[in-house]
Order: sequence, then structure tokens, then C-alpha cells
Amino acid sequence: MKLIILGCGRVGVRLAHTMHSAGHEVTIVDRNRDAFTKLGADYGGKMILGTGIDQDVLRKAGIEQADAFVAVTNGDNTNAMAAQIAKHIFGVPRVVARLYDPVREETYRLLGLETVCATVMGADKIRDLVLA
Amino acid sequence: MYIIIVGGGKVGYYLTKHLLAAGHEVAVIEKNPKKVENIINDLGGIAILGDGSDAGPMSEAGMNRAEIVIAATGDDEDNLIVCQMAKIKFGVKRTIARINNPKNERIFSVLGIDTTVSYVDALVAQIERGIPAHSLIHLLTLRDVGVSFVEKQVPPDSPVIGVMMSDLNLPEQFLIALIIREGKALIPKGTSSLQAGDDVVAVTDAENAGILDLLFRGELVKPH
Repeated sequence: MKLIILGCGRVGVRLAHTMHSAGHEVTIVDRNRDAFTKLGADYGGKMILGTGIDQDVLRKAGIEQADAFVAVTNGDNTNAMAAQIAKHIFGVPRVVARLYDPVREETYRLLGLETVCATVMGADKIRDLVLA
Repeated sequence: MYIIIVGGGKVGYYLTKHLLAAGHEVAVIEKNPKKVENIINDLGGIAILGDGSDAGPMSEAGMNRAEIVIAATGDDEDNLIVCQMAKIKFGVKRTIARINNPKNERIFSVLGIDTTVSYVDALVAQIERGIPAHSLIHLLTLRDVGVSFVEKQVPPDSPVIGVMMSDLNLPEQFLIALIIREGKALIPKGTSSLQAGDDVVAVTDAENAGILDLLFRGELVKPH
């Protein structure tokens, strides 16, 4: 599949590598050029420099042909806005946003976005380990 | 009316000042402690420190009883999320978003934000630089009804200076809503007249946006 990843942080980099190794066509977008160095020399996918809430940047990343869009920057609001642009402006079939704030995560889930709340997942997992 | 403004920068600050002066109850949510302090010192204890898209500060500000929420930060993603959270989470009926990048206007409209205000920065920059506003400044467009607020300064040699409002021949869909004279706002009456240097704020439909030019050239004075 054609996948666009917004945000070249730890999660973005890991996702880019695993998806690219699995044979998918990956484009990673970040507004900071230095962030791409984290990908390492063995990454064979595309990199686009720019803001993920800018439609022109997203077009350049190939959003019009994308099968999936993932927003994993460190800003909840950027992720929520970019995911809505991908879903409602460009009609990307599969859109996922990572949000840290559980309240925002719930709100956007109710609005129909696929969301992942890293805070709740992490806290729940840790609680299970503590109680085990 | 209870109005919450998110973003206490220049736009938020002046907006707050004007709305307070107009008798509204206003609260500001701002994440920069220094800006919060300034607002409290200048305008009273109406500023809350925090992220305006975070439910904590939103509740603290009394978001659920706000009639209007204005997202006036310099970041469009924050303004969008503030308005959506206000609407969905807190049931606020009217939200207004400042748009910093005009490209985002359509996105905000598709995503259900009622009113958007762009070009604010151009206006603020004009005020800050103290450049006489001889050009027409577009202040606000009310999307649903096709009406705009525009502002223009009366040139020093305009023939319309001193002419009473009641002696002007203005089109149907056009109203001089406000005269700003030496930093004071005047609501014009029939006996009011324009002076050199007045900033005139008019409400107009798209067709009549050029009327201020004709007015200032003296072409709309009723014949005696």
C-alpha cells in the first residue's frame, strides 16, 4: 500500500522502517530536515520536508493516491488537524492519528477518526504489569 | 454575553480590551505566563494560564456557559482544535477562528467552523507600523450571508468631510457601522459627519465593496 507518515520521531521512524521492509511504499513528512537523519542510511522510502497541515505539502507527498495516512507528530492538534484534512479533504481510505491527551482522543474518536492514545495504552500496560 | 478568547497575543489582547469595553464578560486562556501576567495587570483577573485546547483550562474558564469562543492564536491547528473541542466537548454554539494561513480557510469551513477571520495579521501590522490606512482593509467576512466588514481611512482632502450622514446617498446593502476617530469608536447617526483621518468601518455585500472609494471622492453626496 501507499502510506504517508506525518512526523519523523521515534514512532514515525519505526513505522517507516517496518512498513518499508514489508514492501509498502512509504513517504515520511516532517517540517524539520534534521529529523530525517533518524531514519538512517538503510531507509529506502521517500522523505518530504514541510508542514503536515499544508495541503500543498501533502499533495507533494502523494496524498491523492495514498491508501493510508498516519499522523504521529509530537503535537496533538497538528495530528488531529492533519488527520481530518487527510480524511475529509482528500478522502484517504485509512487515517490514524496518535494523540497524547485522552480527552482529545475521545473527542476525535467520537467524531469518526481512528485514534490511538499513547498515554492511555502506556498507562494501562504499566498498570497491568504492576498488578501482575 | 460571556465570551472566551483562546490566545492572549496581540490579537487576543486587543480583542479582549474591546469586548470588555463593550460590556461583555470575557475570559482569556493563554499558555505563556508572561502574557497572562500582562493581561491580569492591564485588564484584571480574567486570564487563565494553560493550553486552550486542553479540557482542564477549558473547564476552568467555564467553557460550558460560553456563548462565543474565539480562537485567536497564531497557529491554525490550535485554533481549529480549540473550536472543535468547544463545540463537541462543551456544546458551545458559536465559534470564531482566526486563520493565519489563508489556505486553511476552506478546511475550516469543511470541518464546520462557523466564522473565520483571516487578514488579521495584515491589519495588526498596519496598526503597529502606524502606516495611514489609505487602502481598503478587509476585516471580516460572514461566510453564510455574503457580507463583509471593510475599513478605510478618510483622505485629508476628501470632499465628503463635514457632510452629514443624512446627506449621503448610500446603496441599500451598505452601512457605515463605525467611525474610529483619535482612538475612539463612534457609532454614526444621521447628524454625524466624517473628518479627515477617520477610519471608517463599513458593512457591505460583495457588490458594494468599492463604495467607500466613491464616498470619499464625494460622489455620493445628495444634490441640494
